[in-house]
Amino acid sequence: MSPKREIAFTLNGVPTRASVSPELSALALIREVLGLTGTKLGCGEGECGACTILVDGRSVNSCLMFALDCEGRSLVTIEGLAADPLGARIEQAFVEAGAVQCGFCTPGMVVQAHNLLTAHPHPTREQIRRGIEGNLCRCTGYFKIVEAIERAAGAQE
Amino acid sequence: MQIIARETLIGKRIAKLDAPEKASGKTRYIHDLDLPGQLYGKILRSGRVHAKILRIDTSKAKALPGVHAVITAADVPWQRPIGVARDHLPLKTDRVRSPRDEIAAVAAQSEEIAQAALRLIEVEYEDLPVLTDPLDALAPDAPLIHPEPHGADGGTEHLKPGAPVAYSGRPDNLAMTFDYEQGDVARGEADSDLVVEDTFRLHYVTHCCMGVSGIIAEFDSSGNLTMYSNTQVPFLHKREFAEILGMDPARIRIIQPPIGGGFGSKLDIYPFEPICVFLARATGRPVKLVFSREEEFLASPTRQPVILKLRSGCRRDGTLTFRAVETIHDNGAYTSWGATTPFVMMQTVSSLYRVPHCSYHTKAVYTNNPYAGSFRGYGNLQATFAVESHMDRMADALGIDPLEFRLKNAQDPGEVTPQGMQFKTCGLKECLKSAAELGDYQAKRRAYAALQAEPGRFKRGVGLASMLHVGGGAKIYPSDGCGTILKMDDFGAVTLITGASEIGQGSETVLAQLVCEELGLPLSAVRVVNNDTEITPWDVGVHASRTTFIGGNSAIGAARKARAKILDAAAKQTGLPAQALDLRAGQIVEERSGNPLLSLAKLIRSLHFSDKAELVMTTHYYEPPSHHQDRQFKGDVSAAYAWASQVVEVEVDTETGAVRLLKVSGAHDVGRVLNRLGIEGQIEGGIVMGQGYALTEELIVEQGRIRNPAFRDYKLVTAPEIPEIAVRFVETLDGEGPQGAKGVGEAPAICIAAATANAIENATGVRILALPFTPEKVYRALREER
Ligand code: FES
Ligand code: FES
Repeated sequence: MSPKREIAFTLNGVPTRASVSPELSALALIREVLGLTGTKLGCGEGECGACTILVDGRSVNSCLMFALDCEGRSLVTIEGLAADPLGARIEQAFVEAGAVQCGFCTPGMVVQAHNLLTAHPHPTREQIRRGIEGNLCRCTGYFKIVEAIERAAGAQE
Repeated sequence: MQIIARETLIGKRIAKLDAPEKASGKTRYIHDLDLPGQLYGKILRSGRVHAKILRIDTSKAKALPGVHAVITAADVPWQRPIGVARDHLPLKTDRVRSPRDEIAAVAAQSEEIAQAALRLIEVEYEDLPVLTDPLDALAPDAPLIHPEPHGADGGTEHLKPGAPVAYSGRPDNLAMTFDYEQGDVARGEADSDLVVEDTFRLHYVTHCCMGVSGIIAEFDSSGNLTMYSNTQVPFLHKREFAEILGMDPARIRIIQPPIGGGFGSKLDIYPFEPICVFLARATGRPVKLVFSREEEFLASPTRQPVILKLRSGCRRDGTLTFRAVETIHDNGAYTSWGATTPFVMMQTVSSLYRVPHCSYHTKAVYTNNPYAGSFRGYGNLQATFAVESHMDRMADALGIDPLEFRLKNAQDPGEVTPQGMQFKTCGLKECLKSAAELGDYQAKRRAYAALQAEPGRFKRGVGLASMLHVGGGAKIYPSDGCGTILKMDDFGAVTLITGASEIGQGSETVLAQLVCEELGLPLSAVRVVNNDTEITPWDVGVHASRTTFIGGNSAIGAARKARAKILDAAAKQTGLPAQALDLRAGQIVEERSGNPLLSLAKLIRSLHFSDKAELVMTTHYYEPPSHHQDRQFKGDVSAAYAWASQVVEVEVDTETGAVRLLKVSGAHDVGRVLNRLGIEGQIEGGIVMGQGYALTEELIVEQGRIRNPAFRDYKLVTAPEIPEIAVRFVETLDGEGPQGAKGVGEAPAICIAAATANAIENATGVRILALPFTPEKVYRALREER
């Protein structure tokens, strides 16, 4: 196993240090090293979006990012999103719109929705569908997820 | 005094109780749990399609630092076979029959070390002839997939009770057969003015639960086993695990963490589960074993692939005369629930419409392919695809509108079918009319048909299909029941302890709602405990769309007993008769006026803290009034039946073969809507699962190997592809259902593929008999036709 390196970054607003090996993914850093399990592993190949986090404000599939590349960056996971008014609104909207079934895709969807609404505060339905294209959900058929994001956008005023 | 009016939660849009935890990432799935001292388990799979195992050498793996145990079949000589036909040893002894077959397993201090240890295990094989076509496997001289009986004691006495015929150790490759007859098909055929026959081919798809399979097993110092498991059937598994492990069932406890999707996939025991237990036993430590996504594709069950020959007939006036079905079910290497889908398929064949003469025959044939489990709809997508394709074909041949043709043959309430199913409520005709109206079916069908021959690259079409499915449980075990324990605390809050598991479908919320309805409480006053066999009373499990119906009736029973007890006590304290009292908003009120008399919490405390101390604590066990089928597969297996019709509208790109699903208009007989938000979610999710089955998903199996074990190549429907939908609920208020409701979990996925086939035909004039309708397949079909 290759030697570990110490990195420093911000996680959900808290300055954080961790010692990581070069092959470790950002997802494994968050889940296994730092113990935040809200971010999910759905595929580990960048195909499902369950592992979506915000890195410097943009959404990223954390399973495809090396932990080493977190150096100096600001990471926000689902656990950190509730502290942000938009994040809290999205979570609330997911609950009220019935966008959660098994819930396994939900943290990734919520983070992706945050990314979308930050860039487009008033998206069209088409933009929302495109915006969550990379996030798979096996339970809901996406209808209520799209509705939840519309609802969160509407509650934005 | 504030008057309290009676309020109801039934039919409202209720957010799921577990949604806030899930939306904030706080829910702990099996993947998120770790026990102190836990080791990580990994499985070595054969990678060979069919081979003899000549030698296994684990010495290098055992020597790797951090490895606690490496086991093979030789280390567990007492292991017993698992699966529906008990034909599957968790760790393979002398031969492998499929690339997913388990050869050895490792428990190590980390996943990385376990993975590295797998690479150090040496296995020598001798390849055997491969059988991947079920028709070849049926040939008289075909090599045998299961040449001798398996398991500790071989023989057939371990076959599951109720299994029709299972032949582990037979001199051929038949795993199971099903034979059903009603009336006299030859006479039906003689009575027919029109007979059509086709062979339909249904493909492999797989569940793709977003949370992959996993388990944690742990023994305590007295030898009691606790499993943290994603199973949908904890109580049945307790017993089956006891059998496999040679343990006393009383020593097995199953705890179910929230589950990342089930859809039927967790209805059987798979080798990884006992293997994880073997590792925990070998190491004396808790062991966690979680699949990778690739492993999930390779080693979890599929939907049953079927080759289905259907012959149907009718008279000139559109009356159905007979239907005859023969299917080949590719059983794969081992037998799981997929082989038993004929139970459901023959119901659709015999009873979706009135057919006097009917025959149904299935051969499930062993091959070296993946094996199928149960999957939402349980064979009904396959059967409905064939039956509803023929309904359109016959209507067109007779020149009758397909809606009128279906209405003419549709079941009515009160019907007892020749198979013995009793339709006490039946909304099929209303579903047909509603869906057709919502989708503007008749006008569009005529208009699109007229445009078929016109020039133009893009063609549109509409298609209609209906379905029948169990909606009041399914009595396939000696019991189809569910138990409830309900207790109230000194503050008037309820703990509902139910055998019925939540797998994301929202049953927890519906059960809480039903209890609130009886006890006049807000939803916030109810906690549901449903995931620990040590605590919860017995239940058959989450399958057959049964949880709301069976678990719901059980919860209502317990709540009614609590209500009676409370009102009795209140009658004594208020001097009013119990019938004159009601429970509303946490108060005892006078029924007529709504005048509050006493707080519920206070009343409960006065019962508790008195010299004749009493708690409000009740139990109820509900067993539905349904029956086992007899050996001829006849009998009323469900306490209610669910119905639905869906109209789909598609656009076909005749140059590329791409089919776009534009709109789905559905009408569902759900008995009664309990939680509108929840039921919409079930229907929407089911429709898109049906869309995937019809258009995009295919597990490609070539020569026994799965070629696309990744989301990159296995195409789930994504958000931009979903259709417009319109859904109408037909409320037939079933007399036996909880508040009139029927089960609905599987229904919405069932018709989509059939309706899509009919829509493509309406758009292009071409009927395609095999799924999925990928651009390539549609393109070829259009070219062949011209
Ligand atoms: S886990 Fe990262 S995209 Fe699937
Ligand atoms: S809610 Fe289950 S995968 Fe989306």
